[in-house]
Amino acid sequence: MSANKPEYQSPESLFDRLDPLLTQVSKPIQYVGGELNARSKDWDSVPVHWALMYPDAYEVGLPNQGVQILYEVLNERSDALAERTYAVWPDLEKLLREHGVPQFTVDGHRAVGAFDVLGVSFATELGYTNMLTALDLAGIPMHAADRGDEHPIVLGGGHAAFNPEPISDFIDAAVLGDGEQIVGAITEVIAAHKAAGSPGGRDELLVRLAETGGVYVPRFYDVSYVLDGPSAGQLASVRPNRDRVPERVSKHTVMDLDEWPYPKTPLVPMAESVHERMSVEIFRGCTRGCRFCQAGMITRPVRERSIEGIGKMVESGLAATGFEEVGLLSLSSADHSEIGPLAKQLADRYEESRVSLSLPSTRVDAFNIDLANEFSRNGRRSGLTFAPEGGSERLRRVINKMVSHEDLISTVTAAYSQGWRQVKLYFMCGLPTETDEDVLEIATMAQDVIRAGRTATGSRDIKATVSIGGFVPKPHTPFQWAAQAAPEVVDSRLKKLRDAINSDRSLGRNIGMRYHDGQPSLIEGLLSRGDRRVGAVIERVWRSGGRFDGWSEHFSYQRWLDAADAVLPAHGVDIGFFTTRERDADEVLPWDHLDSGLDKQWLWDDWQDALTGYEQDDCRWTPCFDCGVCPTMGTDIQVGPTGRSLLPLAAATPKR
Amino acid sequence: MARRQPEGPPPAPIVQRIRVQYAKRGRMRFSSHRDFARAFERSLRRAAVPMAYSAGFHPHPKISYVGAAPTGVGSEAEYLEIALAERCEPADVIAAIDAVLPDGLDMVLAVDVLDAPPGSLPDQIQASHWRLELADDPAVLVEAVAELMRHESVMVDRLTKDGKRSIDARAAIVTGIVSAGTEDQSRAIIELVVRQATPAVRPDDVLAALTSVAGFAPSQPPRATRLAQGPLSENGAVGDPLRITTVKDTGTPVSTR
Ligand code: SF4
Repeated sequence: MSANKPEYQSPESLFDRLDPLLTQVSKPIQYVGGELNARSKDWDSVPVHWALMYPDAYEVGLPNQGVQILYEVLNERSDALAERTYAVWPDLEKLLREHGVPQFTVDGHRAVGAFDVLGVSFATELGYTNMLTALDLAGIPMHAADRGDEHPIVLGGGHAAFNPEPISDFIDAAVLGDGEQIVGAITEVIAAHKAAGSPGGRDELLVRLAETGGVYVPRFYDVSYVLDGPSAGQLASVRPNRDRVPERVSKHTVMDLDEWPYPKTPLVPMAESVHERMSVEIFRGCTRGCRFCQAGMITRPVRERSIEGIGKMVESGLAATGFEEVGLLSLSSADHSEIGPLAKQLADRYEESRVSLSLPSTRVDAFNIDLANEFSRNGRRSGLTFAPEGGSERLRRVINKMVSHEDLISTVTAAYSQGWRQVKLYFMCGLPTETDEDVLEIATMAQDVIRAGRTATGSRDIKATVSIGGFVPKPHTPFQWAAQAAPEVVDSRLKKLRDAINSDRSLGRNIGMRYHDGQPSLIEGLLSRGDRRVGAVIERVWRSGGRFDGWSEHFSYQRWLDAADAVLPAHGVDIGFFTTRERDADEVLPWDHLDSGLDKQWLWDDWQDALTGYEQDDCRWTPCFDCGVCPTMGTDIQVGPTGRSLLPLAAATPKR
Repeated sequence: MARRQPEGPPPAPIVQRIRVQYAKRGRMRFSSHRDFARAFERSLRRAAVPMAYSAGFHPHPKISYVGAAPTGVGSEAEYLEIALAERCEPADVIAAIDAVLPDGLDMVLAVDVLDAPPGSLPDQIQASHWRLELADDPAVLVEAVAELMRHESVMVDRLTKDGKRSIDARAAIVTGIVSAGTEDQSRAIIELVVRQATPAVRPDDVLAALTSVAGFAPSQPPRATRLAQGPLSENGAVGDPLRITTVKDTGTPVSTR
């Protein structure tokens, strides 16, 4: 390590410089690292150094499974180390600037600029401005084009990276899909390039990454736009601009989750975080085919972890953390082919201990209640959540969420009569083809739920909560062509719904309603389906102070509108072009060159089926419906039942 | 709907109580008391300490804490008491806990209550010994502390969750000694012995008092550490609250009082 590197690129610990600043900020513990199961490796012992960022506050970022998995996978390698960095709150940002202290990792308190790679995991697009803060604080040029050999490769990942075009000015590269294997492949490319004396510098390194076919380097693709005619403003084409770079970049899919039992030793935050529990992912992917759900579409096919694999992860994770709660995570956990035996056997195993198990599942059926009962043997039957998502049966056919009114009522009746005290119902507002009437049916549903609960229990004291999120059309889903509802439309429907719920006071007072207003959804929509022209909007918002856009107290709708108005008209487009405009079949979409495996024609057909209310079955239980993923990606569904069971534990509780 | 009652046998009875001294060092001094308490409770589970629990749906391990050092302040002498449902060797208990706590949250000493001085743990905590390191000229601090000690009482405002609160930062001070840093003579060290009061007077209250009486403002945030807390002897020394010993005479403090 050359001693004369500027401090923003030195891996020396900055802790002594940070220390006096930390006494002046709120919750300083979030910046100091040293959590249980945190790793620290000697800088000079490995050739490749990764800084992993979750671009939100520590309390949100630390529990993120994606970052924890990659942190462990990379640190287990003999050729890499990984340290974590999170978004700093404005109080510390101000002090870092005043004192010239760069963005740092919480593990070794090293300058982020010293690393070879800055990997940023985007669960949501609303983290984009926080990435810009981190780049700026790190002394890394904000625009990828201005970076030199001495700067880290800024690499985007996470679900939002399936359309990284809006941040293509700021990132050097993006990877799509599961990260476990590709981070290793990237490490090897970087190590080999370094070992060879970095021939061709940064540019050559990026070409080497791009030519693997699994790393998207935006600068190697030229985008052109339609200049006139009815489709003026739309994309004309996205073409590679040099040899060795593929036409399309593919997502990554890890097969056999049992071989990737991460995180093995989950991080235990010192500061309070959003989840005070440990998570075990029981399967990945989902083929229920809810048309609004990007996560379900881009993570196909379904790959289950085996019942033994899950049992082992629960056991060793609890021993490594001291957590008291285990969440069995996936996109729809009740769908695991052996969830019944798994739930029963885990509940048996931990019955005598203080460990509680939870299963985030919102399926509307009696089986879901059986599972919840299994996990609440000790009597904690507080609340159950069901997600019909759409207010009317017609709308539920449009979104492919097959739940009838009768299903819901019989399910909640069963829940209340088995001692559950509160039922929570999830819906979305602003779905394609939605009318006021569809949304008002939510009120009827909620009132019927209360009536059913009163009948089932003989008590008037029955509670239900209705939670409503704004729908945002996402890339790589059948709704990628849909017009997003304007915030005013969403807000007015929600107001009418509120009035309808309260119209019958004797029922209405037992119904809680939670919702967000429509404005943040529109901005999320702009960032989700935007193209490269949206980058300047993000930068302008950041320059005018935009930070922590996922937090309502920091988010400013007006700031985003002003920036969009200032930037987009020069390109002949506006915010509506990206959000409330319906797209045609033949429009070139900004993410068409990024391959999620889903066949564009299949997505279009599914979109047309949605408009006619035609439902699509799940390929786990009915024949393959040719969404395209398995043949394109060379993958296969991996589901049980295996008929196996949990291995007996030597001792159910830690030894005394 | 039948109301569900707590199930299972009543909680196991308490068979032993252990008093523990622990330290908050290095970067862990930035943990708040809540942060520490969460980490400590997790470590009890990981170390499989046979804790006694409260009854009810959400049983809590029986732990009582005394006067925790503020967030950002280090400490060599924090105290708590735990209740056990099985008899254990106190030293083994804290060794097991220490092995599973993050570095910097360190278990120091444990004694069975029966071997500790009589009375409750809070009864033993009569005063606290603080050390403040400042990047300022010792001579200036000698003057400022002398000025503070000339007052009987100096009221300062402290911002709390419920607004401003006015407390007397002077009356609780038993001794205040200024010296120059051993490594860096241009840095000042203030050692304070502060009598336990409600609310407790903390290092930043004393600094606020120095600002108020002598116009002193630290050039950088000082680094504060609690060196000891415990019984207060006649000569102003702070003793060990876990051991039955006559308070050791640490020499007559060169008091500016
Ligand atoms: S290709 Fe067929 S089997 Fe594979 S996820 Fe799509 S529909 Fe299911």
